[in-house]
Amino acid sequence: MAEQLQQLILDTLDTQSTLQDSRALKIPGQSSPASSHDAQITILGALNSLLSREMITYETHEVSSHVLTPEGVQIVREGSHEARVWAALPERGGAPLSAQDLKRAVGDEAAKVGQGRAFKSGWIAKEGNGFVKAVSNITDTTHTELRELESSGTLVAGEKALAELRKRKLIIQRKGQWFTVHKGANFSTSIAKPETDLTVDMLTSGSWKKSTFKKYNFDADGIPTSGGALHPILKVREEIRSIFLEMGFEEMPTGTFVESGFWCFDALFVPQLHPARELQDTFYLSDPSTSLPPPSDYYERVAHVHEHGGYDSIGYRTPWSHEESHKLLLRTHTTASSAAMLYKLAAKCRGEDIDGDLSAKSQPGAANLSDDGFRPAKLFSIDRVFRNETMDATHLAEFHQVEGVVADRNLTLADLIGFMRTFFRKMGMKNLRFKPAYNPYTEPSLEIFAWHPLLEKWVEIGNSGMFRPEMLAPMGFPPDVRVHGWGIGLERPTMIRYGVSNIRTLVGHKTSIENVENSPAVMF
Amino acid sequence: MPTISVDKAELFERLGHHYTTEEFDSLCFDYGLELDEDTTAEVEAAIKKGLPAERPQLKIEVPANRYDLVCLEGISRALRAFLGKQDPPQYTLAYPPGGEKDLITVTVSQETQRIRPFFACAVLRNIKFTSMSYASFIDLQDKLHQNIGRRRSLVAIGTHDLDTLTPPFRYEARTPTNISFAPLGRETAHTAAELMQIYESDKHLSRYLHIIRDSDVYPIIYDAKDHVLSMPPIINSEHSKITLETKNVFIDTTATDDTKLQIVINMVASMFSEYCAEPFTIEPCKIVFPDGSTRISPDITPRTVTARASYINSCTSLSLTPSTIQSLLTRMTLSPTLSPDDPDALIVSLPCTRPDIFHEVDIMEDAAVAYGFNNLPDIFPQTSTVAQPLPISKLADVIRKEWAMAGWVEALPFILCSHEENFSFMNRPDPGSLAVKIANPKTLEFQVVRTSLLPGLLKTIRENRSHALPVRVFELSDVVFKDTSRERQARNERHAGAVWCSRSAGFEVVHGLLDRAMKMLEVPRVGRGDGKDVGYYIKEGDDPAYFPGRAATIYYRPPPSKTSKTRELADELKNTLHINQDRDIVIGTLGVLHPTVLEKFEITYPCSALEFNMEVFLKRS
Repeated sequence: MAEQLQQLILDTLDTQSTLQDSRALKIPGQSSPASSHDAQITILGALNSLLSREMITYETHEVSSHVLTPEGVQIVREGSHEARVWAALPERGGAPLSAQDLKRAVGDEAAKVGQGRAFKSGWIAKEGNGFVKAVSNITDTTHTELRELESSGTLVAGEKALAELRKRKLIIQRKGQWFTVHKGANFSTSIAKPETDLTVDMLTSGSWKKSTFKKYNFDADGIPTSGGALHPILKVREEIRSIFLEMGFEEMPTGTFVESGFWCFDALFVPQLHPARELQDTFYLSDPSTSLPPPSDYYERVAHVHEHGGYDSIGYRTPWSHEESHKLLLRTHTTASSAAMLYKLAAKCRGEDIDGDLSAKSQPGAANLSDDGFRPAKLFSIDRVFRNETMDATHLAEFHQVEGVVADRNLTLADLIGFMRTFFRKMGMKNLRFKPAYNPYTEPSLEIFAWHPLLEKWVEIGNSGMFRPEMLAPMGFPPDVRVHGWGIGLERPTMIRYGVSNIRTLVGHKTSIENVENSPAVMF
Repeated sequence: MPTISVDKAELFERLGHHYTTEEFDSLCFDYGLELDEDTTAEVEAAIKKGLPAERPQLKIEVPANRYDLVCLEGISRALRAFLGKQDPPQYTLAYPPGGEKDLITVTVSQETQRIRPFFACAVLRNIKFTSMSYASFIDLQDKLHQNIGRRRSLVAIGTHDLDTLTPPFRYEARTPTNISFAPLGRETAHTAAELMQIYESDKHLSRYLHIIRDSDVYPIIYDAKDHVLSMPPIINSEHSKITLETKNVFIDTTATDDTKLQIVINMVASMFSEYCAEPFTIEPCKIVFPDGSTRISPDITPRTVTARASYINSCTSLSLTPSTIQSLLTRMTLSPTLSPDDPDALIVSLPCTRPDIFHEVDIMEDAAVAYGFNNLPDIFPQTSTVAQPLPISKLADVIRKEWAMAGWVEALPFILCSHEENFSFMNRPDPGSLAVKIANPKTLEFQVVRTSLLPGLLKTIRENRSHALPVRVFELSDVVFKDTSRERQARNERHAGAVWCSRSAGFEVVHGLLDRAMKMLEVPRVGRGDGKDVGYYIKEGDDPAYFPGRAATIYYRPPPSKTSKTRELADELKNTLHINQDRDIVIGTLGVLHPTVLEKFEITYPCSALEFNMEVFLKRS
């Protein structure tokens, strides 16, 4: 039917070049012109289908029309209530029909409404306990009018009659449309169905050459992909990791969340009474609570430099507590791992062999006398650290620390700054400056500030420094070996990258999976 | 880092320049201070509204080891030197006219050694306080109490109007009932025992009571007429209190740490000696210790050290001459002179106000600060090394990416969790030998370090109820186990974990995820006891976290060890005898999670989970 209608429209246009009023069309299978509302809706469908192929264009005209209510439809089918009441009654002189029987004959509703109207029109009369016909012929105007309205959508009789039918709730007004149709750019009387997509069958049969294709809606969204996603923080981690690798750094093992006071603080020359070691800042362990003794010679040297000084330092000159040193805790910084790594790096300088390198030990005489065993190293790590903090929008009890460490002979403060300028330039931060700061294990210590072009101010992005001789000398490094370190948080750059202001939406189980799925890639 | 508040007009007056906020911020930055706030705008706004307002203040953060910068007097002295406007002051001891024999003497009793053994003191003569300097004097004591004094537990300071007292003094320790005096702010005398009760409800003082409360003796300082000076570290006496009119000040300090005690007495005396009739002079006292030894206090003798220009240059990539370094260090309040013997050396006299200097490296830092960190040459170091990722990171990344490509989403839950989430919520009993427990968590969320990745993944699913099903989450990260064989008594282990949540449980889904990981690691599926060299298989298990009959254990058969010939032969023998399954190790579990587990985690849809140890897949070289 749809195709027939489309064909009819095209044929009409072919002969008349313009179809002025779509209401004049006779829809195939219908006997009368398509004047009703529903018929125009059907025509609109056909027009849109042709429009999408640019075979036609059309203009829309608004018109107000009337349609029958269910009661109106019933009247068209069966006659008006009053006519049905009249028809059910006997001629005058016959046995009058009681009200009860009338109801039975035409139904409650029709009897009630029809009885009144038939009386008013003088069609029926009361006789005894019943009703009879008062006239022998009637004209059922309501029925005629509704039939006219059903077929044409309006009444020749005009607005007054329409208003009366509306009042009786037999018809309702409805906005309608009709159309004027013109030939389109691709006008043709042939309606080959357009293809929506190129298929394997078309390729096989070659039908793609002759097919027309439906216009593609370029404004629609594509179909979402079904793949998974990596977490945004870990995407930033990967990007920073590649920066270190690009710069020739080796990744340090950091798989020790549990550390002792010795490795987390003492080895770094953090005094035993330092505020960072207090209970309100650090998670201490109840089970297990105490570490096994660290390497004894090294432990003695560390304790001595704290308590009495040494290596040209006066030390802290405060009593040393073994208990404090052996306390187990969750590391507050990855520098604890760096300390262990540096201790290992200095093994050969101490004359030890902790890597199982037998040749070095078996041939002491063969070694170059000027070789003290030191080898330069550039190390990095990115891993979790823990602070006993109350969580809020910018603080978490666990977060990721990024740390870079460089050990070489005669490194200078300018070298450290040079490393950081290169590193942060790779992270997109070109304008840096450095503020003197205090940190117990580095001297000098530098806070790193970057110019934030959007906030238009300097923001602190990390800390850095040269590890103190009191930390390096007990490990066994020669005096000319200097070690640089710098650290930044991983969460802060991630928050800036993704415009997140509450860190809890980024780390932890409250992160929205949807956010993870929709976080863009990271390229500094 | 302590933050101090100084009077803006007074500081700028002392610096001889009225800085804009930006200029002063920049000066602070170069010196290593941080200007937190300038209250000028705030004050002006208040004045406009006719509200009472203080004078504009600058709030400045100072480094935690620079006790000489925590008061207006110190910070202005340091900045004047830094700006080259004044050489650093030389502090001197001024003996009384009669010399050492006329020194005020303080005798320390044996009992004090049990509670607060160390004592030092000093006298400031002919001082003239203004209300501003008086407030600064009180404030400095408070700053030192809080920082180096560690809330008075390590060091406490008392200051007294010397003219109300009669030397010599005695530092004693007595039973609380044997001490009675009228404390500061009260007219009537109380015993120490009573005072401890009275101050129980004092917001300020109650914080310090614990330092001595449980001791059988309390520290107490008397003059010759048995007037109490103070009961450290709690309160001074009303009798000897200082006022704006006080002319001669006696400062007592008591401590449990002698090094910090010396720093504190030197700091208080040197900072306020500038208000003495003869500025920067301090009158010492003589302290007689229980063993009969004596000490002149305070000891403000500068420490003399040698600094080498070559060392400073080699640490900074600079080529400064010793005399340039000399002027740089002078700007940092050090007093260097060129060595007459060694052209490379400077003899640096360290004032008693700079106890932060431990080593030549600290002098190098001062030179670098005075030179300007941001003025150092722009160079890039030559250190040449080879990049190397950590094998476990590389391995974990392989599986992370494969699983993400397979349609799974990476979660990042916390590593710390509650005890019940790790154990009872998972239907797993706590054997006591597994999880590391935290002694002092602030919330119950952080009681243990997790031993499984599953609780975090289940919490992630719980918090993502609105996400369309199925939910597929995974994590590759560390769990921690107790390990008594290690120095740190614990070890991290890298695990891979995943949870599937949908309308049906989907055992085969997580099984498929396991198969995918193994395929990417080139670990073939093998049969139990089938004699193959390396591989994995799963077998019905009984982990109570899973639904009975839908729980499996993952077994891995590592490649035969190649470390020794004998082992190889033994393995060969085993292989021929088909007994190699004893090499198979359990690496994890998978299954349909038990409905009671889901209920605990408030998840209303069925879930399947997978977790296994990644460390076994590390390539052994």
